[in-house]
Amino acid sequence: MANPMKIRAANKEGVTEVKVLISHEMETGQRKDSAGALVPGWFITELTAKHNDKVVLSSEFGPSVSKNPYLAFKFKGGAKGDKIVVSWKDNKGETRTDEAAIG
Amino acid sequence: MNNQRRNVLKTGSGAALLSVLAAAGIITPGMALADWNKAAFDAKSMADTLKAIGAGTPVDSKDVQVTGPDIAENGAVVPVGVSSTLPNVTMVAILIEKNPNALAASFTLPEGTEASVQTRVKMGQTSNVYALVKSDGKFFMATKEIKVTLGGCGG
Repeated sequence: MANPMKIRAANKEGVTEVKVLISHEMETGQRKDSAGALVPGWFITELTAKHNDKVVLSSEFGPSVSKNPYLAFKFKGGAKGDKIVVSWKDNKGETRTDEAAIG
Repeated sequence: MNNQRRNVLKTGSGAALLSVLAAAGIITPGMALADWNKAAFDAKSMADTLKAIGAGTPVDSKDVQVTGPDIAENGAVVPVGVSSTLPNVTMVAILIEKNPNALAASFTLPEGTEASVQTRVKMGQTSNVYALVKSDGKFFMATKEIKVTLGGCGG
């Protein structure tokens, strides 16, 4: 299974900023290996972030998002200690969910 | 409960884990992820991508900002941000005109989430980067050219 995501969330004046660093190859499916064979695409397609039980961001990724994707976004509300849950799914059907508390 | 958690972690892997978690009621069905818009991500040209998203012809707007470097030394990792001061923004997308598939990422923003997203993308070559924003049901766009000195697609 993939490595855990790094999630940082901080609340400042009523707005919570969430930063997520995901460990994933994000292979485009356009690259060729040394033998000239096409390397099959392997990338995250969907990512959802939740604050407590409310969805605060849902996103769709294509293969042109960088390897080990980074994502930052902001939402109104959130208090210290609240839970942020981020989950992703890739085109092979692998998924991962990690959580962090707002600091 | 703790024992159950251990077992779940031990037995699960990949997609199996999600279904096990769902079955155990740890992840509620509401957590299920949205359908990936294959048509939009497969589209090659800007026009096809916009059509697949249903954006029609977006209007250029000063209230949408694309942030990023003027020159990216490494096309594999180009930091790009989109922000907007428009009201009721429900969707943000990043498009790279000259990539094999123009659409890099799209974000659906529920109420309360600000129109400000940063990520990193790959760019095969120097290209215009478009930020597409849906505000009050209408689509708006902004452009920034990012020069790439080393391509991000094995070039």
